[in-house]
Amino acid sequence: MSIDWTRYCAAGLHDELIGPGGGARVAGRALVRHLSELGSEEIGVRQHAAELAIKVMGVTFTVYHQQGGSIDRAWPLDIIPRIIAAKEWNRIASGLKQRVAALNHFIDDVYHAQRIVKDGVFPHYIIASSKNFRANCVGINPPQGCWAHICGTDLVRDKDGTFYVLEDNLRVPSGVSYMIENRQVVKRVLPELFENTAILPVDDYPSQLHEMLVALSPRREHLPEVVVLTPGIYNSAYFEHSYLARQMGCELVEGRDLAVHEDDCVYMQTIHGWTRIDVIYRRIDDDFLDPESFRADSTLGVPGLMRAWAKGNVALANAPGAGVADDKLVYTYVPDMIRYYLDEDPILPNVPSWRCAEPDQLEHVLHHLDSLVVKPVDGSGGYGMLMGPTASQRERNHFAAQLKTAPRDFIAQPVITLSTVPTFVNDRIEARHVDLRPFILSGPKTYVTTGGLTRVALREGSLVVNSSQGGGSKDTWIVDMEA
Amino acid sequence: MLSRVAENIYWLARYLDRAENTARLVNINSNLLLDLPPGHRPGWLALIDITGSRELFDARKMRTEERDIVHFLIADLDNPGSILSSVRSARENARTLRDVLPNEVWEHMNELFMETKDALPAALSKRTRFHFLQRIIRGMQTLTGELEGTMSRNDAFTLLMLGRHLERADMTSRIIDVRSAQLFPADAPGFQPFDTIQWLNLLKSLSGYQMYRLSRRTRVSRSAVLEFVLRDSQFPRACLFCLKQVEHFLSALPRSAGVLEGVAGACRFLDTAKLATVDQPGLHALIDQLQLHIMVVHEGIAQAYFPPPAAVTAQSQAQK
Repeated sequence: MSIDWTRYCAAGLHDELIGPGGGARVAGRALVRHLSELGSEEIGVRQHAAELAIKVMGVTFTVYHQQGGSIDRAWPLDIIPRIIAAKEWNRIASGLKQRVAALNHFIDDVYHAQRIVKDGVFPHYIIASSKNFRANCVGINPPQGCWAHICGTDLVRDKDGTFYVLEDNLRVPSGVSYMIENRQVVKRVLPELFENTAILPVDDYPSQLHEMLVALSPRREHLPEVVVLTPGIYNSAYFEHSYLARQMGCELVEGRDLAVHEDDCVYMQTIHGWTRIDVIYRRIDDDFLDPESFRADSTLGVPGLMRAWAKGNVALANAPGAGVADDKLVYTYVPDMIRYYLDEDPILPNVPSWRCAEPDQLEHVLHHLDSLVVKPVDGSGGYGMLMGPTASQRERNHFAAQLKTAPRDFIAQPVITLSTVPTFVNDRIEARHVDLRPFILSGPKTYVTTGGLTRVALREGSLVVNSSQGGGSKDTWIVDMEA
Repeated sequence: MLSRVAENIYWLARYLDRAENTARLVNINSNLLLDLPPGHRPGWLALIDITGSRELFDARKMRTEERDIVHFLIADLDNPGSILSSVRSARENARTLRDVLPNEVWEHMNELFMETKDALPAALSKRTRFHFLQRIIRGMQTLTGELEGTMSRNDAFTLLMLGRHLERADMTSRIIDVRSAQLFPADAPGFQPFDTIQWLNLLKSLSGYQMYRLSRRTRVSRSAVLEFVLRDSQFPRACLFCLKQVEHFLSALPRSAGVLEGVAGACRFLDTAKLATVDQPGLHALIDQLQLHIMVVHEGIAQAYFPPPAAVTAQSQAQK
């Protein structure tokens, strides 16, 4: 069946592939032509082939609370890619680098002189009440003064086409392995397009990550022993931990494989005996890292790890305490941080936000609950949010009460009507909302992934893109029009 | 290589070989049933003892009929030794080993688990059972080939070989044990052809008939077959061959002196066993002892290379 693009677009939405009249946007012309030639039946065949490939490749994510049987689900991928022109992407990438640079300055400042507080740019109460501020990080100087080596920043595009930053994930952001695997699969099922279009590659990430980690090693004279630390097979992102370890040629370790010896260095137990470790890419939250310093009941971590880190005997990425900037109330200050630390204007705007911690702003939020989105400051995965316009009066009342008792824990934002991309559902092409998570590596140099992981809400009209809540994903193409 | 990973890869190999050999075990019993005269058929319950799962089987209060026992051995996920459980455990282990195993091996193992699950109805029907078991055996043999053909000869490969050969030695001994039951009065006239058929079946279930013929050049007889499957130094499923492989691969690992002594003990035991004169009850006792030797070797490997058991407790707590 042929595809009628003129009937595709819904009014009031920004579609990334199809312009208002039903014509393709410039960077997507070849794709639209190809999709039209294939027709929806053949697209369905290829979608099926992609799903099969994912199953066989064992690309999975894990869902919590699933009863019995398999704990894995096949990773959901829609084969129609999301396209961004290289010129536009370069501007976004600069914006991301700028942002992460400012965030790293901020974290280092928080654990040292707190100049930004003294200069009146950032209020002290936010640090004092932060759940992710770690007192044992005060005064510590991690290598290169860098705390957030790996950052996953969520971007959304509003109906006018503007890219906004939605949040910065500075603790243990995941998704990058799916970005790479999506490309492998789409290359298999839409090979014709790769022959004729300059689609920039994405598979450089693991070697960039490895290079960044190696540069953190405290033992210069040595070939560094780098490991990936996972909570284990039951973690939702285990696939990714194992994937990255494999791609980097590192050991994938669990806390029980490691020990801190009397010399305050970290060792892993191997068949040859104990081997010293230099750099740990940890995918465990601060809370569970070291039962001596944080949660005593943690069996996932390594007793004494913080001591070894504080002495500089082992590098941790991200550094403990980096999560202090992973707080949506802190997020509202990032544009100010960019001006303060870098003396530059922010390239990427924040989504306008109200700080419920400030009484006048809280007042505004309480009066406009039916048009706002209320988010917990430390939430992720789309949990614990209030979608004002679609919520019931009861839910709104419930949130209003929460906002009054714990205003520090929430911010509010207008509803962003996420941009759409054609998506293959119900045997035909329909518009579905997307976001984008690029990954930024900070080390001796800063690296931004080519594009990132595009997540798509598969339910019609839904704005929830999280894979744990029925979201899917897309390959993201940065297309060089000048090539 | 991490001690925990060493343990996982060792068990991965054992699970794979266990699945294959359980398939062989069910196969030989099915064939025996078809070939022997009514009244002298071995039944199925013996397999429960041979696989060491009597306690679990009794606890399940299942009937002792063919259908139930075959289901227990092939498809029961509550029986950790069933074919499906073994394939699943192998796959679960492989999931933790994706950084160590060649990608194709993981993909194949994943496929194999899904296929086995889908094909279960065929396994339970008498008519299609042989084909199902054949496919399991062939799938495992393909995996073995993929591992041999794509894996570097590193520590991971060494651990894999240790697991495979120790499990194989153990399972071959169990398969022989199926035949150690006294089905007929000893030396009774008229049963001679049936006796030969049983030993032939044993060879065939180990895919060893042709190799036996090539190496022995004599007709199939009890003592010659026992000699071949227990003590041959060239046939890859013979117990002694497997133990020699364990010895060979162990010597590539550090701190292996203690375990090697255990292997030498097992080999000596096989070397000196009086296979020509042993009667059926004696054979059963011999196999029991051989299995104890194999257990000693396993414990030696665990002690030298795997995390201490305390760490395992911490793990199971973390998983709850």
